[in-house]
Amino acid sequence: MTTAPVKEATHDERAAGCGQDELLEIALGPHHPSTHGVFRMDVVLDGERVVKLKPVFGYLHRNHEKIAESASYLASMPYTDRLDYICSLTNNWAYALAVEKLAGLQVPERAEYIRVITAELTRLVNHTATIGFLTQEMGASGTPLMYAFREREKILDLFESLTGSRMMCNYMRFGGCRVELPAGWLEQTKKVVEEFPRFLDEYEQLLTGNEIFMARAQGVGILKKDLAIDAGVTGPMLRASGVNYDIRKVDKYGIYDRFDFKIPLGEHGDVYDRYMVRMLEMRESLKILHQALRDLPQGPLMDPKAKIRGFRPKPGEAYGRIEAPKGELGFYLISDGSPNPYRYRVRPPSLINLTVLEDMCRGYSIADTIVIFGTVDIVLGEVDR
Amino acid sequence: MDQKLRIELSKQGIVTTTLEELYNWGRKNSVWPMTFGLACCAIEMIATSMARYDLARFGAEVFRPSPRQADLIIVSGTVTKKMAPQVVRLYNQMAEPKYVIAMGACAISGGPFKQGYNVLKGIDRYIPVDVHIPGCPPRPEALIDAFMTLQKKIDQQTLTGEGRPRHLDPEAPSEFVVPRFGAHDLEPPNNPEVFRILNNIDSRNPGEVDAGGD
Repeated sequence: MTTAPVKEATHDERAAGCGQDELLEIALGPHHPSTHGVFRMDVVLDGERVVKLKPVFGYLHRNHEKIAESASYLASMPYTDRLDYICSLTNNWAYALAVEKLAGLQVPERAEYIRVITAELTRLVNHTATIGFLTQEMGASGTPLMYAFREREKILDLFESLTGSRMMCNYMRFGGCRVELPAGWLEQTKKVVEEFPRFLDEYEQLLTGNEIFMARAQGVGILKKDLAIDAGVTGPMLRASGVNYDIRKVDKYGIYDRFDFKIPLGEHGDVYDRYMVRMLEMRESLKILHQALRDLPQGPLMDPKAKIRGFRPKPGEAYGRIEAPKGELGFYLISDGSPNPYRYRVRPPSLINLTVLEDMCRGYSIADTIVIFGTVDIVLGEVDR
Repeated sequence: MDQKLRIELSKQGIVTTTLEELYNWGRKNSVWPMTFGLACCAIEMIATSMARYDLARFGAEVFRPSPRQADLIIVSGTVTKKMAPQVVRLYNQMAEPKYVIAMGACAISGGPFKQGYNVLKGIDRYIPVDVHIPGCPPRPEALIDAFMTLQKKIDQQTLTGEGRPRHLDPEAPSEFVVPRFGAHDLEPPNNPEVFRILNNIDSRNPGEVDAGGD
């Protein structure tokens, strides 16, 4: 019995059929230079187009919440530094805010001002670093990131002289701040704040009108307004999609109702808008800093009722949230009257902003995926906790 | 070679050297690290390679994303049990001679997260570490100091004889067992081979720069 010879496909037939039903699955990460740490994306590709994208995380799960439940309230403060390790001071603030709500502590005015100053400096640090990494991922290796880190170092010097540490500041306490400003700190900060717009101008000149940057960024990774709201996206990501929602304006936590600043909004919700919103936000942060540095009052730094030792809040629950540079950072605490929280939960902006990654990337090429991922602005310490 | 004669020759424009010195001089000044960040310390590692701290002064600014092209893996941050197999696999994929810097408290021992159920208590359980840097995170200056320590170590490695480094010893393993998830924990819980290697190097070279075993 003979079988009929199998007809060999010609080159043209093979070429026409190529990519029709053959999908390529690749794993990006966890060791990948542009995944901002240890993050994996399982991507299904049709040619170069992304068909499916599955984020895989947990590579940096450090048991933050579980450790906090067996440690005292104060002992969790240094751990919050390591959540989003680029902006430790805003993490401190969110946690301090939740505990202050739980224990009913009042923060003195001077401490509130210092919190605003440090938080807005942190926002500058975060946004410069994010944009630097974003351009690095677009292939502009070196220059913009070097510029960003040059400015970052100036602010880190301020943090170091204030708190003793460059990155892990551990500065805020329940009912105030830990230490008084060192001599000359205000003048130094004013100098940095005054010089910062020059860097922003330089940076904008380098990037905003740059043809390659615009080609890579405009119309890429569009996040629709409705989807952004439905998915619970917050921060610059949400505002770039045109939703006017900033917790500094909505909640007016701390003393943010005293400052005059605007909320930059995007129109298209693409990569370029997310970049622009961050650039404009830095200018607004500088406005807040100018006002806060001008109005900083004298006075005590800590609520006299606040206890460091034997701190046991009454049974109850509290949710404290702030506008962290990446979005809404919240801490949910349940107290049962013991020295440690009964339940300690972090609402990380990075993780929740990451949930829309597949919707933003579908249909774009694999190179765009990296850029879109860069604008989500995640830190794995916060995603995995 | 006699040191006096050598100085005398160099005054007359004649440079003498040994193959060993030349080889180590070249190696120590072109240590290419891998672009491999795990957690917080990675940000300080990036800061070290930027203009202010300028790791390029030590010939180590060329961060390579591929383990095949890298000489040095800086374990910069918390190694979780989910990530440990990947770290060991990346180390195995590197070409000899290869070096490891454990940067920060987490990479050394688990650091502040040591009590966590998912955190590896030190990467030196699986791969031999050459230089440990304490700190949480270590300052960029500390990383530079670790680089200089590593350079001193490379400079003192002999090419022949009993004290020769691992990559010149055909008997010595260059790949290590990649841990797997077992019923309760990573299996094996550590690699005894790593400690044997470090102890051997120590006993062969008494009084030399410590091989990072402590």
